[in-house]
Amino acid sequence: MPLDASDLSAIWLTVKLASLTTLLLLVIGTPIAWWLARTRSRLRGPVGAVVALPLVLPPTVIGFYLLLAMGPNGFIGHATQALGLGTLTFSFAGLVIGSAIYSLPFVVQPLQNAFTAIGDRPLEVAATLRASPWDCFFTVVMPLARPGFVTASILGFAHTVGEFGVVLMIGGNIPDKTRVVSVQIYDHVEAMEYGQAHWLAGAMLVFSFLVLLALYGRGHAKARWS
Amino acid sequence: MPVSPPRLALLGLFAALAFNAQADEVQVAVAANFTAPIQAIAKDFEADTGHKLVAAYGATGQFYTQIKNGAPFEVFLAADDTTPAKLESEGDTVKGSRFTYAVGTLALWSAKDGYVDSKGEVLKANQYQHLSIANPKAAPYGLAATQVLDKLKLTEATKAKIVEGQNITQAYQFVSTGNAELGFVALSQIFKDGKVTSGSAWIVPANLHDPIKQDAVILDKGKDSAAAKALVQYLKGPKAAAIIKSYGYEL
Repeated sequence: MPLDASDLSAIWLTVKLASLTTLLLLVIGTPIAWWLARTRSRLRGPVGAVVALPLVLPPTVIGFYLLLAMGPNGFIGHATQALGLGTLTFSFAGLVIGSAIYSLPFVVQPLQNAFTAIGDRPLEVAATLRASPWDCFFTVVMPLARPGFVTASILGFAHTVGEFGVVLMIGGNIPDKTRVVSVQIYDHVEAMEYGQAHWLAGAMLVFSFLVLLALYGRGHAKARWS
Repeated sequence: MPVSPPRLALLGLFAALAFNAQADEVQVAVAANFTAPIQAIAKDFEADTGHKLVAAYGATGQFYTQIKNGAPFEVFLAADDTTPAKLESEGDTVKGSRFTYAVGTLALWSAKDGYVDSKGEVLKANQYQHLSIANPKAAPYGLAATQVLDKLKLTEATKAKIVEGQNITQAYQFVSTGNAELGFVALSQIFKDGKVTSGSAWIVPANLHDPIKQDAVILDKGKDSAAAKALVQYLKGPKAAAIIKSYGYEL
C-alpha cells in the first residue's frame, strides 16, 4: 500500500472539509448571488468587489488576518470565547470558516451569472400566475439555474481541496483535524519522503483533471463560470 | 573631500549596477531561528567588507530540498549539523568549509508575563490548550522539542495539544499571536542582551535534548564567490561572535 494511514486520514479530512465548505457556501452564497444579480442598489459594486477579493488576495493575507481575528485577542476570538467555544485556530471548524472565505467567489460568481442569465421575463410570467416570490424561486429559478449550481458546487469543492496557504497559517498541522492533503504533501516533500509525496501529488493531479473535465465536458451547459 | 555615507551608498548602487552584481553579492540560506542575528551581522558585514548579503529564511529540511534542486544559494547556515554534513557527503559543498557557527538554545515561551515559571512546571501542570512546536521532521528545534517532551515523559500527555509550525518562525508566531499559550521556540527569537524581551520563558537545560549544533557550509554555487568566503570568515570573527552570543547562542 503506497499510501499510509496518515495519508488516508488526510484524504478523508480533505473530502470532509471540501464537502462541508461547499454546502455552507451554497446556503450563504445563493442569497448573495441572487441579490447581486437582481439589485439596483448602489452597494452592488462594493459587495461584488468584496465577494471577489479572495480571487485576488494571496492566501497568506487571508491566513494572517484570520490568525489574528480568530486568536484570543481578535474579534472573532472574543465572540467564540464568550460563547464558550474557545478559539477556532487549530480546529476543523476554523478551517471550514477559512475555506468558506477563500472559496466564496468560486460559488457566488457562477450562481450570479446563472441568475442574471435567467432575466426578468420568467419571473414576471410566474408573478402573473400568482406564484409567490419563494414559490417562484424554488420552481422557476432553481431549475433554470441548475447548471450554475452544478458549476458552483464543483468549483467550490475543487478550490477547497486545492487550498494550502490558509490552512498552513491557521491549521497547526494536526493529524485528523487540520492536516489536509496539500499540507501532507508539503510535509512529505520537506521530510524528503518523495515516494509518498509522489503518490499523493499524483492522486491530486488526476482528481483535479477529472474535476475540470467534468466541468468543461458538459457540452450543453450554458452557465459557464467566467 | 570626505564622501558622505548616502553618497557612498549611491556609489555602491551604481557600482553594483555597472559591474556584475553577482560578484559582490552573496545569497545565503538561513535557518529561521537565526533571522535576527544574521540581520544584525549583515549590517556590519556589508559596512566592513562592501559585499552585499541576500538572505532567505526557512526550515533547514526545506532548504535541503531546494539546494538539491538547484537553488542559487552560495552559503547555508543550517539549524543542525547533520544537514550540512549530508550535503557535504553528497558533494554539494566546498570541501573543508563546514564549521559550527552557533549552538542553539531551546526555550519554552509564552507571550503572557508570568505564565511560564523558571522550571517549566507549567508543562506538567497541563492547564493549557495548545503547545506550539516547529515541524520535527524539518526543523531541528522542533526535533529538540520532541526530545525534551520525551525526557520529561510528557509525550503522551501533550500529544493532543501540539500544534506544528512549518518552521521555528511559525511556531513563534502561533505563540506571539496568543493562539497557542505555550511553545518551544529558539531562545534567539525572544532574547537580547542577556534577557527575555517579552512574555515569560523557561530556558530549557541543554541536557534535555541533543545539542543543537548549527553548522554553516559554502555550497557548490559559492565556490568561486569572494563574498561567500568573506562571509564565512566574518562569521568566525569576533564581531559576529559578539552578536551571536547576544542572542543567547553558545559558541
